[in-house]
Amino acid sequence: MENKRTRGLYRIPYLLWILLFVVVPILLVLYYSFFDIEGNFSFVNYQKFFTPVYLKMTLSSFWYAFLITAISLLISYPTAYLLTKTRHKQLWLLLIIVPSWINLLLKAYAFIGIFGTYGAANSFLKMIGIGSRQILFTDFSFVFVSVYIFIPFMILPIFNALNELNPTFIDAANDLGASKWTTFRRVIFPLTIDGVKSGCQVTFIPALSLFMLTRLIAGNRVITLGTSIEQHFLVTQDWGMGSTIAVFLIIIMVLIMVVTGTRKRGV
Amino acid sequence: MTNAAIIQFNNVTKQYDNDPPVLDDVSFEIERGKFYTLLGPSGCGKTTILRLIAGFIEPTNGEIYFNEKKINAIPANKRQVNTVFQDYALFPHLNVFENVAFGLRIKKMKNAEIERKVKEALSFVNLKGYENREIREMSGGQRQRVAIARAIVNEPEVILLDEPLSALDLKLRTEMQYELRELQRRLGITFIFVTHDQEEALAMSDEIFVIDKGKIQQSGTPTDIYDEPINRFVADFIGESNIVDGKMLKDFRVEFVGREFECVDKGFNVNEAVEIIIRPEDLEITTLERGKLQVRVDSQLFRGVHYEISCYDKDGNEWLVHSTKKAAVGSKIGLYFDPEAIHVMRHGETEEEFDRRLETYADVDRHGE
Ligand SMILES: Nc1ncnc2c1ncn2[C@@H]1O[C@H](COP(=O)(O)OP(=O)(O)OP(=O)(O)O)[C@@H](O)[C@H]1O
Ligand SMILES: [Mg+2]
Repeated sequence: MENKRTRGLYRIPYLLWILLFVVVPILLVLYYSFFDIEGNFSFVNYQKFFTPVYLKMTLSSFWYAFLITAISLLISYPTAYLLTKTRHKQLWLLLIIVPSWINLLLKAYAFIGIFGTYGAANSFLKMIGIGSRQILFTDFSFVFVSVYIFIPFMILPIFNALNELNPTFIDAANDLGASKWTTFRRVIFPLTIDGVKSGCQVTFIPALSLFMLTRLIAGNRVITLGTSIEQHFLVTQDWGMGSTIAVFLIIIMVLIMVVTGTRKRGV
Repeated sequence: MTNAAIIQFNNVTKQYDNDPPVLDDVSFEIERGKFYTLLGPSGCGKTTILRLIAGFIEPTNGEIYFNEKKINAIPANKRQVNTVFQDYALFPHLNVFENVAFGLRIKKMKNAEIERKVKEALSFVNLKGYENREIREMSGGQRQRVAIARAIVNEPEVILLDEPLSALDLKLRTEMQYELRELQRRLGITFIFVTHDQEEALAMSDEIFVIDKGKIQQSGTPTDIYDEPINRFVADFIGESNIVDGKMLKDFRVEFVGREFECVDKGFNVNEAVEIIIRPEDLEITTLERGKLQVRVDSQLFRGVHYEISCYDKDGNEWLVHSTKKAAVGSKIGLYFDPEAIHVMRHGETEEEFDRRLETYADVDRHGE
């Protein structure tokens, strides 16, 4: 009995946290989404969401999130694989993880410096004779910086999955005649797919709602769902529409989590 | 190289970094269609030999031949060898059928053919009807059979088995020993089996390689190795034995525990120091007068088929006796043994010298006839 009660006590901070910072905000967002800009109850926001302007924005959010995730994955998987083969893998991993501890804004400003008209990137282009270009405020710089930011989050789960992979599986595949590539395709990748899925989750979902980078690096040329929410709350003061977009964003996130959910499999 | 040799190791050494070599100048031949066992204590290099044959690692020095072709640098996926791993290494994301079919799919075999072969292999290991099971739904013994099916379905020339029975309980283990031996006879494929269990090795093999510290100490049939161990390590590792120091007075005369005995060994230097082995089952309990040794019974254990009786002589040497008859603890008894029961081991004798010496005895026998 005593035990049960203390366990109940321990749970209180957690439950309070969830209530105050998860449940209440979601309910509030849901509540606000039913009021138009004049403060009258209506479904007008939901109707507006299904107009071409917002649908296009949703699609473009998806497209950028997809690009960022795909490029991160293409870079991260081989990197994680190489990391597991190095002698001091934990050290190398740490070196890759460390940049993710630095504040996002600082990194964004650093890239403004590098990509700016008189930045290092342009000096380099000039030096090799291509000449200075507009790099900042382009799709390229937006995707590049986003990928840079998300890579550590993508590498970590993939690295863990690869690291836990029993190396005899690879021997077994070789033993049965599989070449390096076949071994990768039929054994290594399927057995580390859970790591890939969690890496994609932690990249794709935040990438959907990136908004600071869209302004600082993409110069508002890229408008994602995140940017739009920010604009509605802070600029147009249309809290209802902002909340409606947030509601859809939440629904999309839940859907993605369900679809890429990790199935526990084991021997 | 003999005609039937399928695998040959010529002075193979394997060394990691600057550690002492894991395998030290090992040479042997594997003949086609036989059941071989690599026997030795943990860390002696058994798995290393299998990995060299399978192609997962390359030797530091020496050559490995397969069907008379040097294969030192041929990768594992190009070798006619399949392995049953110690932990089975069955792919957890594939079901039983797909695990067994793995090698065939890589060979791009037709589906109907794969289906037929997988079914055949599974029925070979008594797993008919388990095709659609997931690996996690199989018991330890069943997994082991799936691993064997996955190897034999490729019809390799050699199957390597790395302690495949060590995870099983005693009863299943004995059962699988019979099944494996039977399977090897039916398939006629060469099996190289690794174990550190001497009883398992004696029960299953055509040939045993006893390995210690990266060297093959002795190779031969189970009876050869049991009856004529080359040195103290082999004698101790293969079954229980009584080992005492002795002296070879001249041919057919040996001295130990302060007495002279008749024996069947010859070809030693006069008064050469040797080690004497007498197996516990070669010692017979008798009266004090008839006994060649007089000992006091110290303790006795019932082992099912026999009693294991521990005795001490007046010099404090322990003598283990296996007998179907009980002895009274604390009593004085005599121990009798035939001249043939005495095995004389030379210090530091190599396997070749040992074999040559044994052959001279055979000559003597033949001349005597
Ligand atoms: N990759 C490696 N690097 C360094 N040393 C190794 C490596 N692989 C094996 N060894 C060493 O080689 C020796 C022999 O190993 P091996 O696996 O062949 O032993 P084993 O006879 O199979 O033992 P067990 O019965 O415990 O499986 C051991 O001392 C081991 O530490
Ligand atoms: Mg081993």
